[in-house]
Amino acid sequence: MSNNNNIWVWIEQRNGKLMDVSLQTLGKGIELAKHLAGKVSAVLIGDNIEGMAKEIICYGADNVYLVADPGLKLYQSRAYTRIISELITMHKPDILLMGASNIGIDLAPAVAARVKTGLTAHCSDLQIETIDNKPQLVATIPGFSGGMIVKIVWNEIKPWMATVSSGVAEKPDFDETRQGAVVKVDYEAKDEDLQIQTVEMVEREPASMPVEGAAIVVSGGKGIKTNEEFKLIKDLAEVLGAALGGTRPARDAEWITTDNLIGSSGKTISPKLFISIGASGAAHYTCGFMKAKYIIAIDKDPSAPIFDMCDLGIQADLNEIVPCLIEQLKSS
Amino acid sequence: MKIVVCIKQISDPEYFPQITLDPETGSIQRDKVPAILNPLDENALEEGLRIKEKFSGTLTVVTMGPPGAREVLDWALALGADEAVLLSDRAFAGADTLATAYTLAEYMRKMVEPDIILCGNQTEDGATGQVAPQIAELLNIPHVTSVSEVSYVDESTLIAKQNIEYGGYLKVKVKLPALLAVVKDINEVRDITAEGIMNASDKEFKTLGAADLEVDPGCVGNNGSPTSVIGTFKQEIDRQKEILTGTPQEIANKVLQKIHDANIL
Repeated sequence: MSNNNNIWVWIEQRNGKLMDVSLQTLGKGIELAKHLAGKVSAVLIGDNIEGMAKEIICYGADNVYLVADPGLKLYQSRAYTRIISELITMHKPDILLMGASNIGIDLAPAVAARVKTGLTAHCSDLQIETIDNKPQLVATIPGFSGGMIVKIVWNEIKPWMATVSSGVAEKPDFDETRQGAVVKVDYEAKDEDLQIQTVEMVEREPASMPVEGAAIVVSGGKGIKTNEEFKLIKDLAEVLGAALGGTRPARDAEWITTDNLIGSSGKTISPKLFISIGASGAAHYTCGFMKAKYIIAIDKDPSAPIFDMCDLGIQADLNEIVPCLIEQLKSS
Repeated sequence: MKIVVCIKQISDPEYFPQITLDPETGSIQRDKVPAILNPLDENALEEGLRIKEKFSGTLTVVTMGPPGAREVLDWALALGADEAVLLSDRAFAGADTLATAYTLAEYMRKMVEPDIILCGNQTEDGATGQVAPQIAELLNIPHVTSVSEVSYVDESTLIAKQNIEYGGYLKVKVKLPALLAVVKDINEVRDITAEGIMNASDKEFKTLGAADLEVDPGCVGNNGSPTSVIGTFKQEIDRQKEILTGTPQEIANKVLQKIHDANIL
């Protein structure tokens, strides 16, 4: 028997709907379980969620720990932390993955601190490697300089925990004939749970086309200095029917929102065409689109690392090249 | 009210592409890269100053880092922090987020017992956002991350707006003591004044090491870190890397041709 075979995935639900990033993370859990000949268990917390537990089994979990209570309808950070930590102590999973939604990255560090185990964030990949003749979970994160990756491992303390960003793994296929066990777990609120209470959740739809799932993505970096330059990028995206993403400096300048941030602390995407404009190519950015089918890079600096990572490079001022591209796209 | 603001000195993100990693140890080589204060920590300090102005109290600013990290503490004193603490010891080196959070939490538990702790939501270098919730958990107090707005019900209860995806949010009611990790939207950061800089030199500054904090040696630095780097690798990049030349019109022509030939659209 391998001793690495119980893989858990916390599945987040909001208002009765399973989060996509959680299902993608479940997909990663299933993939790891195949390598380890192990089992995948999901942890689902909320209220009126039994239907969702069955759905998770259809997506490939072997069993679901279901914790349902009216007081758990919304994310309650202390209660959720205590529930998951107590389940860990009782069942001793080997690996625990959580989707890196805003709520996932609020919850995961607290659970890791409570059970005093290791947690990695923003991995561009997670895989099983054999180290010292033992299967070991290895997380890959981007290095600083372009094209470098860093590998991280956990020590002997279990569970090995990781948050998995949107787009890193694929949502598993849905098979409505799959069978699995739903294990109901009782919940009773304790005083400590109530030190913090989420009283309301307001969900919003994306205000612009999301970068995840888009066929074409145009992305801007710190080379964009003015509103006029940003408008050029936006116009190019529009004429291509593309989603608009960007780097951290573009986010900080409020050209884009955090939801369309590309890279290790944002989205990992695999569009058919990715056009990067005015970004030199730091690893924490480029790791977000390395799975794109075709990459075009535009930057003034001929020595920018981005030109080693693209299919087509244009070493020019965006003010000269982008208007020409827009014009020709319009007339073609 | 006892307020603690955690800050961190980081490598300037403008220079990230110049940072290399030691191929042997995997440690970050950041010589010649300028250091700055993590941007969101400015918002954390600003929020701390506003809480102090509202309820009165003392504001302590703390960082863990090498002796050179004193720079960012001096800046915080000039902006209005009452005292500054540098947690610095060779034994703290190589800490992952859990060991970092443990060290900061031990300092707070033994020396301050804060009513409220403020942090930037994440740093621009590691960007894990894990240390803040882990400090709170190790102190057994609640935390809220991605905080963009705070209102006070009374001196011991607050309502925080916690940002979630696409502009949505949670409204979270929290009893103090608690930790808040803030985002940029929470406030406008004040400017530093000449008077502030003059006053800073009279304020208390101390450096504390592992012995001062009486920490468990197995919980700090590399020894206390359940995760570790095993190596750095050059990524295999299989791309055409074709550089186009010519006038902008010629280049645009070629781009369209390439897109067409590659059968992408």
